[in-house]
Amino acid sequence: MVTALIVMGGLGCVSALLLGIASKVFYVKENPIILEVEEALPGANCGGCGFAGCHAAAVAIATGKAPPNICVGGGPDISENVANIMGMKVVAKEPELASTECCGGARAVEKFNYDGIQDCRAANMLFGGTKLCEHGCLGFGTCVNSCPFGAIEMGPDRLPVFDPNLCRGCGACVRVCPKGIISLISSTTKILHFNQYSECLAPCQQKCPAQIDIPTYIDQIREGKYKEAILTIKERNPLPLTCGRVCPHPCEDVCRRGVEDEPVGINYLKRFVADWEMNQGQHLEVSIAAPSGYKVAVIGGGPAGLSCAYFLRRLGHKVTIYEQMPQLGGMLRYGIPEYRLPKRILDWEIEGIVGLGIEVRTGVKFGEDFDLEFLRAAGFDAVFMGIGAWDSRRMGIDGEDLEGVWDGTDFLSKFHLGETPVIGKKVVIVGGGNTAIDAARSALRIGASHVTLMYRRSREEMPANDMEITAAEEEGIELMFLAAPVRIHPKNGKVAKIEYIKMRLTDPDPSGRRRPEPIPNSETLMDADTIIAAIGQFPKIDFIRENKNIAALKITKWSTIDGAEETLQTDIPYVFTGGDCFTGPALAVDAIGAGRYAARSIHYYMLEGEIPLIEERQTSLIKETLFDHVEGLEHVPRVHPPELKVDTRIRNFDEVEHTLSPSDAQREADRCLRCGLICYNRDIIEAMERELAESTTQ
Amino acid sequence: MEYLLLVISAVLVNNILLAQYLGNCPFLGVSKQMSTALGMGTAVIFTMTLASIITWGVHKWILMPLEIEYLQTLSFILVIASLVQFVEIFMKKSMDTLYQALGIFLPLITTNCAVLGVALLCIKNEYSFLKMVVFSFASGLGFALALVVFAGLRERYVISNIPKPLQGTAIGLITAGFMSLAFFGFMGLT
Ligand SMILES: Cc1cc2nc3c(=O)[nH]c(=O)nc-3n(C[C@H](O)[C@H](O)[C@H](O)COP(=O)(O)OP(=O)(O)OC[C@H]3O[C@@H](n4cnc5c(N)ncnc54)[C@H](O)[C@@H]3O)c2cc1C
Repeated sequence: MVTALIVMGGLGCVSALLLGIASKVFYVKENPIILEVEEALPGANCGGCGFAGCHAAAVAIATGKAPPNICVGGGPDISENVANIMGMKVVAKEPELASTECCGGARAVEKFNYDGIQDCRAANMLFGGTKLCEHGCLGFGTCVNSCPFGAIEMGPDRLPVFDPNLCRGCGACVRVCPKGIISLISSTTKILHFNQYSECLAPCQQKCPAQIDIPTYIDQIREGKYKEAILTIKERNPLPLTCGRVCPHPCEDVCRRGVEDEPVGINYLKRFVADWEMNQGQHLEVSIAAPSGYKVAVIGGGPAGLSCAYFLRRLGHKVTIYEQMPQLGGMLRYGIPEYRLPKRILDWEIEGIVGLGIEVRTGVKFGEDFDLEFLRAAGFDAVFMGIGAWDSRRMGIDGEDLEGVWDGTDFLSKFHLGETPVIGKKVVIVGGGNTAIDAARSALRIGASHVTLMYRRSREEMPANDMEITAAEEEGIELMFLAAPVRIHPKNGKVAKIEYIKMRLTDPDPSGRRRPEPIPNSETLMDADTIIAAIGQFPKIDFIRENKNIAALKITKWSTIDGAEETLQTDIPYVFTGGDCFTGPALAVDAIGAGRYAARSIHYYMLEGEIPLIEERQTSLIKETLFDHVEGLEHVPRVHPPELKVDTRIRNFDEVEHTLSPSDAQREADRCLRCGLICYNRDIIEAMERELAESTTQ
Repeated sequence: MEYLLLVISAVLVNNILLAQYLGNCPFLGVSKQMSTALGMGTAVIFTMTLASIITWGVHKWILMPLEIEYLQTLSFILVIASLVQFVEIFMKKSMDTLYQALGIFLPLITTNCAVLGVALLCIKNEYSFLKMVVFSFASGLGFALALVVFAGLRERYVISNIPKPLQGTAIGLITAGFMSLAFFGFMGLT
């Protein structure tokens, strides 16, 4: 008995002593901050932060391995408390929300359907998910069960629908989805993303220079989700009202419905939702990332500059636009006439962009009123030059400087500077591009009785938008092909006659181009009160040669600003470019795409010093997506928006084309084939058809 | 040959979890994920071997000479608990990586009956030192094996369609029962 007591007591004492010594010798000081942080965390041990429970997260936060706002379960208060303990401040973090691009396609009959499979992972393990598309959503809703915050629901078509208000971006659904079709995506990631060959892209989306996700917004219009449609467009294009009116929609040229039927009226639909937003009277709110502390100067307030400024602003940077003219808009305002793009609409659109917190200085000219040195001194970290193509090519003929000879862009800009040019009755326009057509149609509207458009090649070669040419013809403008001016004859120091020579096209040269050449002795005289030369524009860059600190900018032989194709960076590392001044005259939507591209480069340049190249960047159309026929397509006529009658429209500058009605928009959206979205599997469709045939014969 | 038999018997035939039903708490508690099951398994192998060695010593040099073997259970609990604590303190300071891997499981083992059970079995079967080491290591291995197999099953059945009343621990116990039955099949080996 005594021995037992002594032994147990002794053992106890020895253990206690050893442990006591051990804790002294092996003492590890536990950071008191860890305990405090752990206290502040919710203690749910949900693991959404990526650490094994709240204690591990607290350790990571206290040792600086994780930021104080890492907790996804707790919401902003908790982040703030934790940050306070750590002596830091929290700034609102841009939400990263779960989303999926997959639309599930038109799913086939389930291959195996027996009790027991109620989970995507099980289905995936068993038969790899041979729904119609082997990559797509299986639709069992495992993600729904996995979400700790109840933010996912199964939609009517058995696709997950994410509630952005409930989603905390914990990533549970991403981890659980066996198909990997759910991702956490912030607006920043979306803005910085450019098409890659590896993606599931519809032809329209590949062709659009701004890379708008066209199938998605058409789908949203079909479902009546106009707000979502607008936001989809604005992830790529901040000027949908404008583009909805003036864009020659290259996307529609590659629309697959067009191979069997007429292409979908993509641009009408864009205009429809954009007009819907404007008629609501309020600019829809778009996300803006937390302030980055960087400042960018944007020179030129045309579509390239506006787009670049808009996306940089949304990425969290401070932006100031410097513009030489009294108002923003570039050629959209001073080139494109009122009857195509009413300026109150452009104003409303620009107001929305500037309203995101972009500073604007108008009436200041780069190279005269300020230069790069000034911008650097003012603390700008990068500069975007989007100064467009504001110089006109000269005809180089006698009499070009006479009174009554105009330059196309000068002529057009007069209307927007509150002047009406005096032009007389007979007007001759030289050129075949947009500027020429716009000048011709504008001249008609201010009282010219006879407008002739003289172009040295034939109609096929005209660079102007086809719809514009047709509209001009309808309005009674005479198109004179294969003719070039050679001399202008004055009377009393003013234009009186234009002498032109007839041209013919040579046989195609090795590059396939047919050049115009004059037919000898075919000179002809024609009466003219006014001659408008619109034979091409190029950037106005004389200041570059004159100002020494800008002189480092390289200029190409076409007088455009030189820059790297992959980054839009110029020879001065902090100066980027894009739009007409980089490519030469092009389209508004090209400039908008370039604006975002430059914004991406500038963002990385400022944050990381280096601009990562885009892997497999999609620059040409993906052959496999351009299928050349569509089976079983029923002809459904394309809708046409209402238009002003010719005899009323040529008397004023009222907008000619109008917007679609909601029901027409719905009908047109229904015509979309959802290329790249429908996961097309011929075998399964055939099997379904066979089954159907069998069941009907029985 | 003798040792091989010992190992087979400890790992399969007399599996500590499925044939002797010791240590069922961690069996159900930490078997939801393969990674934790592996961690726990390793920690148990380690502790079990160490604990058996110490308790064997305590028995041989303290309890036996003093003829107080009836204090086995009591003293072993004391020794094992202190030992695990000691190991934890020591590892935290000196073997950080090992601590990161096993640390969180050690407190779970402090009062693990499987460890105590193995220590007591070694005494009951009157093993030599070497046999004792082999047996306790093999028992730990058996524990880890059962745990890992069970975790594998559990990882699968969370994604299958189980009737409501049976979900969770209920199906866990049923599965454990079936596993136990399966392990009974090894009985014939001896
Ligand atoms: C008459 C006409 C009709 C057109 N019609 C269409 C059409 O229907 N569809 C279509 O898609 N495209 C059309 N375009 C083309 C389209 O307008 C241009 O491609 C687009 O505007 C180019 O955008 P940008 O930002 O590069 O340049 P711009 O729009 O030219 O903008 C450049 C801006 O920089 C400013 N700037 C220039 N130099 C300086 C300086 N030194 N300092 C400060 N600011 C400066 C300018 O004032 C201007 O605001 C048309 C163009 C013209 C001229």
